[in-house]
Amino acid sequence: MLKDYRFSRKETMSKDTRQMVIPGEVIIKGNEYLPGEGAYRDGEEVVAGRYGIANIVEKHVRVIPVSGAYYPRRGNTIIGTIADITFNGWLIDFGGAQNAFLPVAEVPRYINRNELREFLDFGEAVVVKVWDVKSRGIDASMKMRGFGKIEGGMIINVNPYKVPRIIGKEGSMVKMIKDATGCDITVGQNGKVWISGKSIDKEVATKEIVEFIVDNSTIAGLTEEVEKFIKKKGLSFNKVEIIEENTDEDKE
Amino acid sequence: MAKEKSLYLKRNDGRKFDEVRPITAKVGIVPSADGSASFETGGTKAIAVVRGPRTLHPQHKQDPRTGILRVSYGMMPFSVTDRIRPGPNRRSEEISKVSEWALNSVVDLSEFPNTVVDVFIQIPQADAGTRVAGINAAAIALAHAGIPMKEMVSAIGVGKIDKTLVVDLDKYEDSDFHDGEGSTDIPVVITSRTKKIALLQLDGKISVPELKEAIELAKKTCEEILKVQMKALKEANRSEGKKK
Repeated sequence: MLKDYRFSRKETMSKDTRQMVIPGEVIIKGNEYLPGEGAYRDGEEVVAGRYGIANIVEKHVRVIPVSGAYYPRRGNTIIGTIADITFNGWLIDFGGAQNAFLPVAEVPRYINRNELREFLDFGEAVVVKVWDVKSRGIDASMKMRGFGKIEGGMIINVNPYKVPRIIGKEGSMVKMIKDATGCDITVGQNGKVWISGKSIDKEVATKEIVEFIVDNSTIAGLTEEVEKFIKKKGLSFNKVEIIEENTDEDKE
Repeated sequence: MAKEKSLYLKRNDGRKFDEVRPITAKVGIVPSADGSASFETGGTKAIAVVRGPRTLHPQHKQDPRTGILRVSYGMMPFSVTDRIRPGPNRRSEEISKVSEWALNSVVDLSEFPNTVVDVFIQIPQADAGTRVAGINAAAIALAHAGIPMKEMVSAIGVGKIDKTLVVDLDKYEDSDFHDGEGSTDIPVVITSRTKKIALLQLDGKISVPELKEAIELAKKTCEEILKVQMKALKEANRSEGKKK
């Protein structure tokens, strides 16, 4: 019996479809389908409620956005600046529809509640995690490794829908750039990338590599192309220098 | 009573009475915006840019129940042969408002309370039918911006030149034809799925049966326009893919 069940599951899985849909377009007909995000039901039909790629997994129909403003999701890493300070936390502007709220309690160190500005002042940049997304607001947290205040380096803006390409499979692309330039890269899902290195030249080189990935995100064999691009860039920054700097780091 | 012969038997530019001018639509013409599109019919060109959803200021205009759609329509100073004084005027304010109503019937911003979605429509070149071109461009741009919409909208100007019903009036038919009964111009906006009328304006004189016929004509033509809009949106990402 179990075998039969698994077989039928595989059958439906193979019917996964990926097609571009526009608002109001019928994705699929049938009462058994369940409209998810970006889709709605009208009688027998499941209709797209936004522009994107229609994705049917088993009986679950949803529309994945491909363009437009960034909408935060739970668990996203975002980079933003302090827009406002309230009595118990900070409001972070990350380029979305609403500001995210970072409560004092979500900061992993002691904060004097009367002097919130001492830790984070207006306009300062932070890396935070999206803790919860409600229709009334977005809650952020800093209570994990890798999150906190941004000091030094530069923040560049890219298309948020290209972020997965910058990160690569299991962070392979980011690792490659880090190895090549020695710069630290933090990619926010909201399309903000924080680059921090030892010199401006390296940071600029890193920025150019990231922009190269974004501009060429849809070509086949992107990794090889990026490797070629880095090698081309390699002429401008000295590889010996990197090794020297690495040894410096060891001494520290 | 025998039906009198119309004075308008052949169109000014040689088109059939139910033929639209050549249409082109492009998506993503302004990369920094959240959504953008251009829509051209013959000599009329419209561009639409969407920004948002973003927090609405001043705060007292915010609606805690839903997001707000704000449309601004404007003709560029060089869009017609005489220069147009830049800035809002009576006509552009009216068109902004009716375009907003037409688009509001399909967008759903309840997910984004206290925010605004701005739609900027600009007309770089005008040859009649600018509001319908603007609405067509705005619908594509809104979809491109990923705004939740129940369906699309398509718009067309239909009209009556003396006694002849025509589709997609140009400048001559719209404002330079004065013989007989003169010209009547009816911008119509039709929703893509439910085929409802989202906007109907009328400038001129027309009888009820003729108006009904004109609306049917508009519905038929909007199908053609929807196809162009759909094609532009579906090929937007494909062409990006080809870019090397």
